[in-house]
Amino acid sequence: MIDTLVIPLLKIVIVLNATLVAVTYMVLLERKVIAWAQSRLGPMRVGPYGILQPVADAIKLMIKEDITPVRADKWVFTAAPIISMVPALIVYAVIPFGPEVRLFGRQVTLYITDINVGLLFIVSVASVGVYGIILAGYASNSKYPLLASLRASAQLISYEVAVTLTLVSVIMMAGSLSMVSIVRAQESQRMWYAFAQPLAFAIFFIGGLAETNRAPFDMPEAEQELTGGFHTEYSGMRFALFFLAEYANMIVVSSVATTLFLGGWLRPFPNVAFLSFLDFVPSWTWFLLKSFFFLYVFIWIRATLPRYRYDQLMRLGWKVLIPLAIANLVVTGIVKVMLL
Amino acid sequence: MADAPPPSDKPTASAAPAAPAHVPKAAVPTGPSDPPPPADLAPPAFLAALQAAVPGSVAHVSYWLGDWTLVVPAALLLQTAQHLRDGADAAFDFCSDVTATDWPPRAEGRFDVIYCLYSTRLRHRVRLKVILGEQQPLASVTSIWPAADWLEREVYDMFGVGFTGHPDRRRILMPEDWQGFPQRKDYPLEGPGELLMENPIDWLKLRQSRDQADIE
Amino acid sequence: MFDTNELVLNMGPQHPSTHGVLRVILRLDGEKVVDADVVIGYLHRGIEKLSENRNWTQIILLTDRMDYVAAATNNVGYCETVEKLMSIEVPRRAKYVRTILCELQRIASHCLWVGTHAMDIGAMTVFLYAFRERELILDLFEEFCGARLTYNSMRIGGLPLDIPPGWDKKVLEFCAIMDAKIDEYEELLTHNRIWLERTKGIGVISGPAAVALGLSGPPLRGSGVPRDVRKDEPYAAYDEMQFDVPVGTAGDTYDRYLVRMEEFRQSLRIVRQATEGLPEGPIVGKVPRLIKPPAGETYHAIESPKGELGYFIVSDGKSTNPYRFRVRPPSFCNLQGLRTLCKGHLVADVVALIGSLDVVLGEVDR
Repeated sequence: MIDTLVIPLLKIVIVLNATLVAVTYMVLLERKVIAWAQSRLGPMRVGPYGILQPVADAIKLMIKEDITPVRADKWVFTAAPIISMVPALIVYAVIPFGPEVRLFGRQVTLYITDINVGLLFIVSVASVGVYGIILAGYASNSKYPLLASLRASAQLISYEVAVTLTLVSVIMMAGSLSMVSIVRAQESQRMWYAFAQPLAFAIFFIGGLAETNRAPFDMPEAEQELTGGFHTEYSGMRFALFFLAEYANMIVVSSVATTLFLGGWLRPFPNVAFLSFLDFVPSWTWFLLKSFFFLYVFIWIRATLPRYRYDQLMRLGWKVLIPLAIANLVVTGIVKVMLL
Repeated sequence: MADAPPPSDKPTASAAPAAPAHVPKAAVPTGPSDPPPPADLAPPAFLAALQAAVPGSVAHVSYWLGDWTLVVPAALLLQTAQHLRDGADAAFDFCSDVTATDWPPRAEGRFDVIYCLYSTRLRHRVRLKVILGEQQPLASVTSIWPAADWLEREVYDMFGVGFTGHPDRRRILMPEDWQGFPQRKDYPLEGPGELLMENPIDWLKLRQSRDQADIE
Repeated sequence: MFDTNELVLNMGPQHPSTHGVLRVILRLDGEKVVDADVVIGYLHRGIEKLSENRNWTQIILLTDRMDYVAAATNNVGYCETVEKLMSIEVPRRAKYVRTILCELQRIASHCLWVGTHAMDIGAMTVFLYAFRERELILDLFEEFCGARLTYNSMRIGGLPLDIPPGWDKKVLEFCAIMDAKIDEYEELLTHNRIWLERTKGIGVISGPAAVALGLSGPPLRGSGVPRDVRKDEPYAAYDEMQFDVPVGTAGDTYDRYLVRMEEFRQSLRIVRQATEGLPEGPIVGKVPRLIKPPAGETYHAIESPKGELGYFIVSDGKSTNPYRFRVRPPSFCNLQGLRTLCKGHLVADVVALIGSLDVVLGEVDR
C-alpha cells in the first residue's frame, strides 16, 4: 500500500513542485545570464541580488486584469495555455533522476515510474503541446495570431521529425525504449551517447532549440516586429502560462538530452575506479548539473546569435537536419550490424 | 475654444512685436541677388554645350562664392535637365536637392525652384533655378533623376508648387488633408489657428476613423 | 479574410524596429513584399520655418535636433555654410577640433546603428556592447560642452569653448579601447553564418541606380560608388588627414554593414591624427558681433554619418534671420530608396533594410 500508493504520490508531489519552482526561477536565470553576457546586472532590486524577482512577476501576472476578446472562443481561449503547459509537466513521470537508493530504510527509485516505452511516451506527450499553440491562434479570432500560430506549429512539427529520427538512433544503441534502460546501457557500454552519437546529439540539440521556439529559431515569437505571435491577445495569468510553458519545455528538452546523451545520473567515467571518490556526489545532483548545463547553453545561445528568417528556418529543418538524421540512422544501423 | 493661441516666443533682434512674425522687419526683399560671374572667370565647360544643345535654356548665369547657378525658364526645364544629365562635360547624375524659396512681392513669379546637382564622375556642382508663378505648374524631373521623387513632394507640400508628371503627388510631411502650404511667407508660424483649436477631440476622432479606413 | 491575394500590413508609427516614428504600409503577396509605401511626417517640427524667425546663432540649437544621434555634425554643417556665406576664416585649431568632434560623432552614430541593426535581426547582445562604447563618447562630449545628446557645440567662426585640459589624452585613451571593441562586434557578426544568411543578397542596388535614386553615404558606397564629401569637397581639416574611404561591391545589406564597420576604423584613424597633431591657436575666428551675412544664397554639403548633409541658406543681407533655411537630409533621401529595395523580399527583411539604410526620423521629418 505504501509502496504502491503513498510513495508514488509523494514523488509526484515533489517532482511537480520542484518543476514548477524551477520553471519560475528559469525566468530569473535567463534574465540574469543574458544580462551578464551583455555586461549588465539584470534584476537586482527585488530581494538580495534579485532572487525574489519571480515572486514579484507571479504576483504581477496574477493580479492583472483578465481580458478575453469579445468574439474569441471562450473555452478554447482558456484551454489553450493549459494544453501548452500540462504535457510538459506530464513528461516528468518517466524521466529518471537517479537509480534505486536507500531512503528511510526503503528501496526507493528516484523516478516516478519507468515504463518500457518511456521514450515513445515522451515524444507523444510532448507533441500534444503543439495543439496549445494552434488553438491559441484559432481562439483569438484575429488575423495575425492565427497566421503566427500556424507558422509556429509548422515549425514545431517540422523539427519534430528530425528530433525523433535522432531518438531512433539512440534507441538502436541502447536496445530499449525505457529511459532507465538507456541510462544503464550507457553505463554498461562505457560511453555517453554524446560521444558515440555526436551527430545525433547535435541534431537533437538544434531541434530542441527549434521545438521550444528559442533563438535562433524564435521568429514566430519575436515577430513582435510585426505581430505579437500567437499570444497577442493573451494577458495576465494565461499569458503567464504560455510563458512558463516555454520554459517548462526547455527544461524537458534539457532533461531528456541529459538522460539520452549525457548519461543521466551517471557520474563522469562511471566505470573508472580511480575516480570513485566522485561517488559522494549523489546521482540526482549529477543529473541536475547536466540539465543545468543544457539550460545555460540554451540561454547563452539566445544572447549571442541573431535569428533565422522563417523560410531559412524551415529550409534548415527539412533540407539539412532530416537528411543528416536519416544518414546518421543508416550509419548507426550498419555499424551495429557489423559489430554484432 | 476658438481663441487664437497665444503668440509664441519669437526672440528676434529688432522690436515691433505688433507686426506678424513671419514678415521680416526691414524692407521686404524682392528677390535673390544673383550676381553675375566676374569677367575674368571662364564659365564651366558644359555651359557652352548646353547653350548650343538647348538654345535659350540659360536666361542668366550667376556665380558667387564658388557656386555656379543657372537660371532656366520653366518651359525648358526638362530638356535642360536631360542635357545636363547626359552631356559628356556635364554628367550631373546625382540630384542633391530640390527646394524652393518664396519671394512674395516679386512680379515675374513668386517661387524660385532650385535644383542642386552634382556629378559623381566629374565632381562638380551646379544649381539650377526656375522662376515660377503661384499657380504655374512645373515639369517634374523624376523621369530624369528618381531622387527628385520625395524632394518634389516636399516642395509641393510646403509651397504648393504643382509638378506635372510626378508619379505620386501627395503631401509628404503634413497630414494628407492639410489645408495651406506651411513654408510660404504668408503662412503664420503658429499654424492656422482655428483649424487646430476648435474641438480638437472631434478632429482627432475624424483622423482616427480615416486612418482605420486606411488600414482596412 | 482571404478573398484578395494581397494582404495590407501596416508597420505603424509606433513600432519597436523602425528607429523612430516611421510608418510603412506593406502590400504582401503571402510573405513577399509587393509594394512598400513609406509614410513620414510624424516628427515634423517645422525647423525650417522656425529658423526663419531665429537669428543666425540661435539656429545652431535647432540643427542639433535634426539628426539627434550625431548632433555635432549638423552643427558643423550649418556653421560652415554660414562661414562660407560670410567668407569667414576659421582658425586651424578650430578646424581640427571640429574634425575630431565630427569623427567621434561618426563613431557614436555607427555604434548606435550597429546595435539597433543587430538587435532587429536578433543579436541582442551587440546592442549593449555598442552602447557601452557610445557612453564613453558621450562622456567625452559631456566634458567638452556639458551635454550628451544635443550639443550646441559650434559657433559661427569656430567653437564656443576650447577643449578642457587633458581632454585630448582622454580621446586617445578612448581610441585605444575602441579598436579592440570593434573587433568584438565583428567577431559576433561578420562571419556569423546566420548573420550572413540574413544580410547577404538582401536589398541589392547597383551603383548607377543608387546614384539616380539619390542615396548617399554608406548606402551609396556599399554599391560601389566611391563618393565621400570628405574626399571630394574637403571641409574642416579633412584635407590634412590621411584616411581611406571603404567602398563595397555587391550593394547588399552585408556590404553596407562592412562599409560602416570599416568606417569605424577609419574614423579612429582620423581622430588619432587630429588629436596628436592638434595645433595651438585661437578657437574662434574674426566674427562681427552681429551676424548679418551679405545678400545671396549658397549650398554647402558635409559628410554626416548618414550621408551627404547639405544646407541651402538664403540671406537677404538686411535682417538678422535667414530668409530661407533648407536642410538636405541624407536620411530623407536614403529612405525613399526603401520602396525600391524592399520589392520582392520577405517581411522580415524590411526591418533589416530600414536598419541598413540607417535612418533617423528627426532628420527625415525635421
